[in-house]
Amino acid sequence: MSGAAHADDHAHGHGGHGQDAHGHGSFKDYVTGFVLSVILTAIPFWLVMGNVIEDKVVTGVVILALAVVQIVVHMIYFLHMNTKSEGGWTFLALIFTITLVVITLCGSIWVMHHLNTNMMPISAEEMRHAP
Amino acid sequence: MATHATHTLVGERMSDADAPNFLDLEGEHHPEGSTMLGFWIYLMSDCLIFAVLFATYAVLGRSYAAGPSPKDLFDLPIVAVNTSMLLFSSITYGFAMLAMEKDDLSKTQLWLAVTGLFGAAFVGLELWEFSHLIHEGATPQRSGFLSAFFTLVGTHGLHVTFGLIWLVTLMVQTRWKGLIPENKRRLMCLSMFWHFLDVIWIGVFTFVYLMGVLQ
Amino acid sequence: MFANTDLQHLLLGRLTLEDIPFHEPILQVTFAGVAIGGIAVLAAITYFRFWGPLWRDWLTSVDHKKIGIMYVVLALVMLLRGFADALLMRSQQAIAFGANEGYLPPHHYDQIFTAHGVIMIFFVAMPFVTGLMNYVVPLQIGARDVAFPFLNNFSFWMTVSGAVTIMISLFVGEFARTGWLAYPPLSGADMSPGVGVDYYIWGLQIAGIGTTLSGINLVATIVKMRAPGMSMMKLPIFTWTSLCTNVLIVAAFPILGAVLVLLTLDRYVGTHFFTNDLGGNPMMYFNLIWIWGHPEVYILILPAFGVFSEVTSAFCGKRLFGYTSMVYATVVITILSYLVWLHHFFTMGSGASVNSFFGITTMIISIPTGAKIFNWLFTMYRGRIRFDVPMLWTVSFMVTFVIGGMTGVLLAVPPADFVLHNSLFLIAHFHNVIIGGVLFGMFAGVNYWFPKAFGFRLDEFWGKVSFWFWTIGFYVAFMPLYVLGLMGVTRRAQHFDDPSLQPWFVVAAIGAGLIALGIGAMIVQFAVSIKNREKLRDVTGDPWQGRTLEWATSSPPPDYNFAFTPVVHGLDAWWEMKARGFQRPISGYKPIHMPKNTATGVILGAISIAFSFAMIWYIWWLAALAFVATLVVAIGHTFNYNRDFYIPADTVARTEQRRTEALAARV
Repeated sequence: MSGAAHADDHAHGHGGHGQDAHGHGSFKDYVTGFVLSVILTAIPFWLVMGNVIEDKVVTGVVILALAVVQIVVHMIYFLHMNTKSEGGWTFLALIFTITLVVITLCGSIWVMHHLNTNMMPISAEEMRHAP
Repeated sequence: MATHATHTLVGERMSDADAPNFLDLEGEHHPEGSTMLGFWIYLMSDCLIFAVLFATYAVLGRSYAAGPSPKDLFDLPIVAVNTSMLLFSSITYGFAMLAMEKDDLSKTQLWLAVTGLFGAAFVGLELWEFSHLIHEGATPQRSGFLSAFFTLVGTHGLHVTFGLIWLVTLMVQTRWKGLIPENKRRLMCLSMFWHFLDVIWIGVFTFVYLMGVLQ
Repeated sequence: MFANTDLQHLLLGRLTLEDIPFHEPILQVTFAGVAIGGIAVLAAITYFRFWGPLWRDWLTSVDHKKIGIMYVVLALVMLLRGFADALLMRSQQAIAFGANEGYLPPHHYDQIFTAHGVIMIFFVAMPFVTGLMNYVVPLQIGARDVAFPFLNNFSFWMTVSGAVTIMISLFVGEFARTGWLAYPPLSGADMSPGVGVDYYIWGLQIAGIGTTLSGINLVATIVKMRAPGMSMMKLPIFTWTSLCTNVLIVAAFPILGAVLVLLTLDRYVGTHFFTNDLGGNPMMYFNLIWIWGHPEVYILILPAFGVFSEVTSAFCGKRLFGYTSMVYATVVITILSYLVWLHHFFTMGSGASVNSFFGITTMIISIPTGAKIFNWLFTMYRGRIRFDVPMLWTVSFMVTFVIGGMTGVLLAVPPADFVLHNSLFLIAHFHNVIIGGVLFGMFAGVNYWFPKAFGFRLDEFWGKVSFWFWTIGFYVAFMPLYVLGLMGVTRRAQHFDDPSLQPWFVVAAIGAGLIALGIGAMIVQFAVSIKNREKLRDVTGDPWQGRTLEWATSSPPPDYNFAFTPVVHGLDAWWEMKARGFQRPISGYKPIHMPKNTATGVILGAISIAFSFAMIWYIWWLAALAFVATLVVAIGHTFNYNRDFYIPADTVARTEQRRTEALAARV
């Protein structure tokens, strides 16, 4: 009974993770993250300011996709996110939060769009100029 | 072990000869620090505040009430400069963290100061932009769109301002106590906060400024 | 008051002498009662020389047990206030027919139903739940405190500040007349120009900050501070439900805070989020506040489910049936609770596709809840059930909650909801689940854990009297409301014209009277138990043959909870320890690392009251001062690096020796 079993329990209970889960990027990590971010910021600004793509919907989708990529880059290189830090709890919390953010955003837009369509049957153009 | 020296076998109780150790008698168990996880959970809750503001902007963002629209108002070059301020501050904060890991106090302080300057430049530019808009009559009271715009961008700006106050506090505290574990932990928390604000800003410049001008 | 109105305006904002309600006899009597009661309490504290211990051992304490007890005391005190509002409403509705206008004018009646809802949810149910979790969770996971002890104290004082802010509205100015969620445009600056809604906003905002922080704290505690060996699937079920509740708190309360900020901006700055003009959209408020509001329902009920699970298995002497399914049901409810919010406003008009989506998700969420009911029933099946007071509450809950759940599923059908929306049927439904679920759960929890917290049991006889009055009173009070709701009577009416409805309201008022007797019996129960505490004393620390770790330590537990951290090998850790002949060690103690008490929480709480009062009354200099003071105190607190100490080993040895002697003297 003793020592071995005990030590085993100890390690088992905590999955052997430590305090050093955050804040430990290397110089290379930060520079990579920075360069990628600069590129991923410059492209959408260029696309919009230079009117590069004719179709605005396509531009919109592209810059949103680039934003998502850049958020992932920040998460990995600046926030040092991975699936293992703090025994996976930070990652779990992140996934849960992203789910709720998506529900809140999409749900609100969906619900309010239907409401506006049903209860305020005027066009978007009219709405912009409605007092 | 001492715990199990006396045998009391009653009824269906098992023999305690093979009973495992029920107590940490040696005091080996020390709960690990919860600060990093706790702070991360706080950031997640902050995320939902921004989710509400983004959702509000998404719903009200085209209610111009016959007033100005993003196309009339937003000045993309300034937004680009602002974005670069935040990006620079992110990497300089990263350098501060690298210096901290090497226990180099003066370098840490130097990079923190540079980060603070970039942050202050960001807040200053944003305030200038706001005052410019208000001067043009595009006040938060003008339309639902402008209410949502000022609140979303302003809340991010307030967070950065709070981060600056925190940064100055930490510079004083690291000068006072050095890079002791408590201060390192605080610097790591602020690092997460700072980079988190960067992530939010990606959403702001894409969804509010770029998509706004695009319409 | 002042000759110079400008100066008065500068110093006191919009506060004038007319805002003190001298003209309302009901409020004068209440104020006299509160003042006399308050003076009596202060005099008693002075007489018994309790100020020092009160300050040192309670108000500034960071001990999770003391904070938990203070939360529950806050909840019980506010329950009296909230219930007084309920009695006023029930009696008004019982008499206000035809020519009789009753005794409450509409402007007063509207404040009362708003205050009743706000107080019962935010300052009774929430502190009750938070208090129980604070007290029990660290003990159940074998920890010595929560992850952030100071934050815990601060959270508590923010909750108190919110409660105090709401209570001030009773005697200075007025409270909101908008209903408990303050829907715009009614709560906007145009329709509610007075201070009522501002009291509402700031009271909830401050309490909400406290709740969010305590949620973060308990999540971190459960994730990081579990005893060695306690993997997630060995977690006591109450701790599991607490984890899910706190996850919901962390994810939902920021939404409430943000929505209230938007409403605040509408009222103070003149923005157009929820106005009817210039592009605002009031329905966005409904949408956002219910994204918080529906998870809030589960925030309240999940810990109650946890209590019932613990009580059922303890009083049936059996392991909980279907532990794993219980855990999964809880997790599923946690996630699904974010997908049903629109069922609170089906009638808004967002159309068939939206309504059917949310109707179906609402019906789906009843499945895991139903699974839980079956788990409890199967735990009871062939168990040796002891019908002590906690178990009585549990049985009553199962019956009552099933009825409430069924009417809930009925309301989840959008066409039915179009008929029943905002009717008394809805009122009956949510009181059915909140009283029959949350409140009964909290009462079961108080009766169950009271011996742990104070070392003696609560009086059985008066507990049963209270139980029967509450249960019968609940049915007498709310079944008539179902009938009235089906007849089409709407909520929040101060006066009725149709005399044929009156008998139902009279019956409901009698039911409220029975509940009043139940509350009275509960107060008697506390008094009698304290008087007979030596007879009711429990020295074992395990009066109910408990199964989880909180029963492994003494009652009340020492400051450090456990002299040695328990090592866990299975579910129901304490049961296993007992079954395998565990013997308490009586030597070999080590110094124990503990956090120090601090007054920062109390100070920040007091400043918050000043800040919210100043914001409510437009006293800008005080608001600015209080804001700066908050920053200074908070930053100043971070300059204190000396926050912990060690309890010396011989102090631990002396404490444990006393317990050893008590245990030996028992037989």
